[in-house]
Amino acid sequence: MGRYLVRRLAAAVLILLGVTAITFALSFIIPADPVRMIAGRSATPETVESIRQQLGLDRPVWEQYGSYLLRLAQGDLGRSYVQKTEVAELVWSRLPATLLLMAGAIFFELAIGLPAGILAARKRGTAADRGIMIVSFAGVSTPHFVVGLLLLYVFAYLWGWFPMSGYGSLAHLVLPALTLGIANGGWYARMIRSSMVEVLRQDYIRTARAKGVAERSVIVVHALRNAILPIVAMIGLDIGIFMSGAVVVESVFGWPGIGQLAWQAIQRLDIPIIMGVTLMAAAGIVLGNLLADLIVSLVDPRVRLR
Amino acid sequence: MAASGWKRFARDRIGLAGSVVVGIFVVAALAAPWLAPYDPTEQFFEGLTLEGSPRPPNPEFWLGTDLLGRDLLSRLLYGARTSLIIGVVANGAAVAIGTMLGLIAGYAGGWLGGAVMRFTDLMMAFPALLLAIALAAIFAPSLWIVAMVIALVNWVQIARVIYTETRALAAREYIEAARALGAGHARILFVHLLPHLLPTILVWATLGIAATVLLEATLSFLGIGVRPPTPSWGGIIFESQSYFLTAPWLVFFPGIAIMMVALAFNLMGDALRDALDPTQRGR
Repeated sequence: MGRYLVRRLAAAVLILLGVTAITFALSFIIPADPVRMIAGRSATPETVESIRQQLGLDRPVWEQYGSYLLRLAQGDLGRSYVQKTEVAELVWSRLPATLLLMAGAIFFELAIGLPAGILAARKRGTAADRGIMIVSFAGVSTPHFVVGLLLLYVFAYLWGWFPMSGYGSLAHLVLPALTLGIANGGWYARMIRSSMVEVLRQDYIRTARAKGVAERSVIVVHALRNAILPIVAMIGLDIGIFMSGAVVVESVFGWPGIGQLAWQAIQRLDIPIIMGVTLMAAAGIVLGNLLADLIVSLVDPRVRLR
Repeated sequence: MAASGWKRFARDRIGLAGSVVVGIFVVAALAAPWLAPYDPTEQFFEGLTLEGSPRPPNPEFWLGTDLLGRDLLSRLLYGARTSLIIGVVANGAAVAIGTMLGLIAGYAGGWLGGAVMRFTDLMMAFPALLLAIALAAIFAPSLWIVAMVIALVNWVQIARVIYTETRALAAREYIEAARALGAGHARILFVHLLPHLLPTILVWATLGIAATVLLEATLSFLGIGVRPPTPSWGGIIFESQSYFLTAPWLVFFPGIAIMMVALAFNLMGDALRDALDPTQRGR
């Protein structure tokens, strides 16, 4: 276990290093000159030169990458071109809202995906199964912004059950979280269905039924406990899909999280923020995967850690 | 590709329904100039109400008009062309890149295969949309840039699938036999390996179009997709987003179009996988 942990952590660090190399390379092929973006239009050539030296942009590329890494290690993600504030500060201040949205999204994903997937697996091959699978495919085939705008129109505008946009109360959370839940719940339903179908075939399930265990507890106690494992791993993998969805959903619902920050940065071509958010999200994905693997290996002794 | 696979596919009614919708979409895109009732860029005087707002669906403009008084149905039909071009070009490029890298990495193995696969690990760590956004923000977006951005993001998964299958195939005896008979690497790759991978490539290419259409729509919705006046479904929603409470049809119809096309390709790809992939049988 200890050796495995070290190996996985080392791999995660290597991947993160690769991620920084790519974001660094991306910031190099940007046509816009960062110095001019910071100096503003009216700056004299001397000011531009002195800022270039201050930022170290006149040094060789590998040296710049080295200092970029050093700054990253200290939690410095650079400065926003437009807002002139630290990117790290902006990201941190918006992290709580995004984490809250994520918790709400996972709740709805499971609330939709679990029952649908279990029902489909129990009724395998019937019209109910096919219906659930088509609906869950429809969920994953609809872009987040379409789901979000339709939910807004019906539940906030027509019926007035929820606020149109904003942040602050549980009522504000429902629609954006539900949007993400509908879109990704379809994947969960499909995943749980195939994992349940696999488990329900096992001998121990037949044994449980043969000894007269009620169907309900066969499903919940015997089957679900094993079928749920791939889902745990999936929530870890989900962070990437979630971050992509958050950009769209937060901009539709005016949710003041990292996604909205990224969206505003796109509109103003504020590259340091886009890079900072991409980097943070990549770090989240790597850690999420690691965590999911560890949880699965702890919960399930059959998963031999390789 | 075994004929029995096609027979299984032909019996899958859901998959067939998906294929029919795919067919309608392709015909609509190709025949847009003949099917569209109006020019998609023409701004009609009678396309706006007296107050200057878009008109809801009516006998003259079947699906209503947009903010500039243009016919929504015509714009949707021409928008299908954008989705089709992006779907074919971007996904074609992603499949080509993914197949080549997966094939070479799987066949070569060793440090080369390891390096390619570690690179796919790295790419998987990026949230697809954010990476596409970063790329699209860096390059001024046009139809072809958007297609390339999507291809750069979407090749990863197919590369991994092809890698795994190639490794299994490359260990088989007939490959060894071919090598013993003097076949070169290129011959083994393209004559002995690639044909066996075609079913997998077909499945992932079909599923990939659904992902591509969704990603293009999302980029256009965020304002960094295909540039106006080229009609695109996501772009139509982007333009009318702030008016959608008073003109919900401008979100509803393009939204339905995106969903139908993505769903159709997903159902078709799923049915193809069931029919062509023996390991999936009986599920």
